[in-house]
Amino acid sequence: MTESARQTLLTIEGLTKAYPGVVANDDVSFAIGEGEVHALLGENGAGKSTLVKMIYGLVRPDAGRMVLRGAPFAPPQPSAARAAGVAMVFQHFSLFEALSVAENVALGMEQAPKQRELAARIAQVSEDYGLPLDPYRLVGDLSAGERQRVEIIRCLLQDPKLLIMDEPTSVLTPQEVAILFDTLRKLAAEGTAILYISHKLEEIRALCDAATILRRGKVVATCNPREQTARELAEMMVGATLATPSRAEATPGAAVLEIGGLTVTPANPFGTALRDITLTLRAGEVMGIGGVAGNGQDELLAALSGETRTEPGAIRLKGKPIGDAGPNARRALGLLCAPEERLGHAAAPDMTLIENATLTATIRKGLVSGGFVRWPAARRFAEEVIATFDVRTPGPEVAARALSGGNLQKFVIGREVMQSPEVLVVNQPTWGVDAAAAAAIRQAILDLAAQGAAVIVISQDLDEIMEVADSFAALNAGRLSAPVATQGLTLERIGLMLGGAHGMHEADLDEAHRHSHPEGAA
Amino acid sequence: MIRLERRPTPSRFWTGATPVLAVIATMIAGGILFAALGKNPVEAIRTIFWDPLFGQFASYSRPQLLVKAAPLILIAVGLSFGFRAGIWNIGAEGQYIIGAIFGAAMALAFYPMDAVIVFPLMVLAGAAGGLAWAMIPAVLKIRFNTSEILVSLMLVYVAGHILSAMAFGALRNPEGMGFPGSRNLQQYPAAHNAELIAGSGLHWGTVTAFLAVIVAYVVMQRHILGFQIRVAGEAPRAARFAGVNPARLTAICLGTSGALAGLAGLFEVSGPSGQITPDFASGYGFTAIIVAFLGRLNPLGILLAGLLMALTYIGGELAQLTLALPAAAIQAFQGMLLFFLLAFDMLSNFRIRIGRPEGAQ
Repeated sequence: MTESARQTLLTIEGLTKAYPGVVANDDVSFAIGEGEVHALLGENGAGKSTLVKMIYGLVRPDAGRMVLRGAPFAPPQPSAARAAGVAMVFQHFSLFEALSVAENVALGMEQAPKQRELAARIAQVSEDYGLPLDPYRLVGDLSAGERQRVEIIRCLLQDPKLLIMDEPTSVLTPQEVAILFDTLRKLAAEGTAILYISHKLEEIRALCDAATILRRGKVVATCNPREQTARELAEMMVGATLATPSRAEATPGAAVLEIGGLTVTPANPFGTALRDITLTLRAGEVMGIGGVAGNGQDELLAALSGETRTEPGAIRLKGKPIGDAGPNARRALGLLCAPEERLGHAAAPDMTLIENATLTATIRKGLVSGGFVRWPAARRFAEEVIATFDVRTPGPEVAARALSGGNLQKFVIGREVMQSPEVLVVNQPTWGVDAAAAAAIRQAILDLAAQGAAVIVISQDLDEIMEVADSFAALNAGRLSAPVATQGLTLERIGLMLGGAHGMHEADLDEAHRHSHPEGAA
Repeated sequence: MIRLERRPTPSRFWTGATPVLAVIATMIAGGILFAALGKNPVEAIRTIFWDPLFGQFASYSRPQLLVKAAPLILIAVGLSFGFRAGIWNIGAEGQYIIGAIFGAAMALAFYPMDAVIVFPLMVLAGAAGGLAWAMIPAVLKIRFNTSEILVSLMLVYVAGHILSAMAFGALRNPEGMGFPGSRNLQQYPAAHNAELIAGSGLHWGTVTAFLAVIVAYVVMQRHILGFQIRVAGEAPRAARFAGVNPARLTAICLGTSGALAGLAGLFEVSGPSGQITPDFASGYGFTAIIVAFLGRLNPLGILLAGLLMALTYIGGELAQLTLALPAAAIQAFQGMLLFFLLAFDMLSNFRIRIGRPEGAQ
């Protein structure tokens, strides 16, 4: 199907939506053709979510209009949008873990058919679109990728004309992404339009026919992403030239952190057990630990930060056993951490930046003398972090929750980096952070390593790991693979290291096809 | 349509203004309540808030203000530590009783010896008693993760039974002709917590309460312990990440509030009350919870809140006497104060918007 031959499916004209203090969408116009895969690109807060919520009937626009297949389209609620042929797969799934796939799908339907009939239809759709899924399995037993397939199949059963996908690949391994893309291409070939929201530029270049780029609520460009480089797209998104993190040639020094046979049973029933984790980290080395969320990342960080205590000898810092040491004892020795969750874990939401700077810096910055906090020194440290890491805030007296995600993350990373750690462990350092802030954070990590510190970057973002890390290890169901050098490592190889327990290889696909008969329950 | 919108940063103005607003709202709602009971609302409010300070019998009721406020402030300051950290000691009343029993027992053990050391030993015993009683929920929480709310509350009733047992048994006055109750410590000079200035209502308990306010203020604002308490209350995970040991914090917070409640009991039994009787417990430990929140868990706020609460106590008694208001109405009035305070509290974190509702999720 060529661009010109396409019938226009949805036209958006001058959509505007304002919230108190911010215009989320300002006069947004673009069109999507039938069978087109259209990317909606923008940083966090650019207005992507508001826009698709208006299309899906969750938010009503203040001004502007939409036309769907020649008829005015103003859905007052999602059911009206669904009736008109618009379906959406959200970033966060709304599934009940204790119910089976078919039962979950039935819950979302206005008039659900009988279970047996529905299961047959699910099996049919899953076969047609190459999305292996057993309708009788419990959702609780499914991987994140499989759960996403439940959501997609739920949408496909409505036979949608427009499928909206919000950051669909953030929870997938590269192999799962490949399967998803095959499905989406197949759908598009059948004439279904897809509105694909993402900030992963390479994916968009691989998949999408057209891209609309939003910045601060406005359409700043419409282009064919295949004709642009990822860098050009990023610069359109940010509206500025981006600095690529630069790294100096590093010669790894002596081993500073040694983990041997680290096994941790989780404190809560939903946690992941860490099994026999072993690694050696050298001075000046950046190790990337990849893996899909929920495979033990949080548990690994807690074991390293001292929130979880282990056998003393399981973790050694410069030869010294520290497995049973608390967080502050480890900080004193030079092991610092930055957890994933900014609000509530890395920082206290309602406390000021001065207080949040004090949170982890009392030891290395000498902010306590004789049991009393030296608040003037704490303020100076907070101001130093704010200035060095370009944290946008009216001042250090502001509550942490008032900062944007990117700014707070810069503050949290800066707080640790500026304490000159010997070993720094960061979990998802640029999760939910805009491109400019992410670049700054990655540069800070590389600079720190160049000064001789060892860094562990736990991240779901493989591009990020490839950008900053010298070595790579995959965390899968609480087990860590043997680290390998990132140089010369392909995404396919990484995907295989990550994929292990998820049953998502192409080979499994054919297998699943054969078994996806309704009676073939697992 | 009225909507609530979360403020990015808590409003300083409303943090200070809500207690004032709560008092005013209590006066209005209380006035309606009194009017419904057939009393003149203006006169009733005036009797409660104005007469104890400036009325006909003010010279009698003003010292009473300090006598009533001291234990409330002392207990509430202790409770504020735990409440800030999310550790809920609801059993200060029990710790108050046990502190009084320990202190009185220490005095009676020395009776009738006249030595300067007796009173300081009583103070130590009172604090130790309250501390020990509070450590029961603390240890159970640390070891078995029990709810300190339930354990400390249930221990109040245990303490009440111990109090009766003591008044009828071990501590009963041998010269009391069989009446329940201990010797009156007011008649034992070495143990008597007398007024420091006659007719002022100022006794050692008042002095300790003021000291506690100052120490608590400094600890909360400047000391690392105060910082850890605040972090633990606002973001428990962040606190653990920052190296705060939850078990240690539980022990410190429950221990401090227990010791201060025990002290309040000791100063009461050796002073205004004078003896251990079956009805020694007067609800200070529960009212102090209201005082702690009314004072926004801030030591200086608690000082003012304690005085205000004491005023409603004395004024309430006065209203019962002069206007024949039922005691239940006075209690409802005091309850309204906490209710309004908690309700208006929302204004410091939210702003009210009036306008079209948003269709968003």
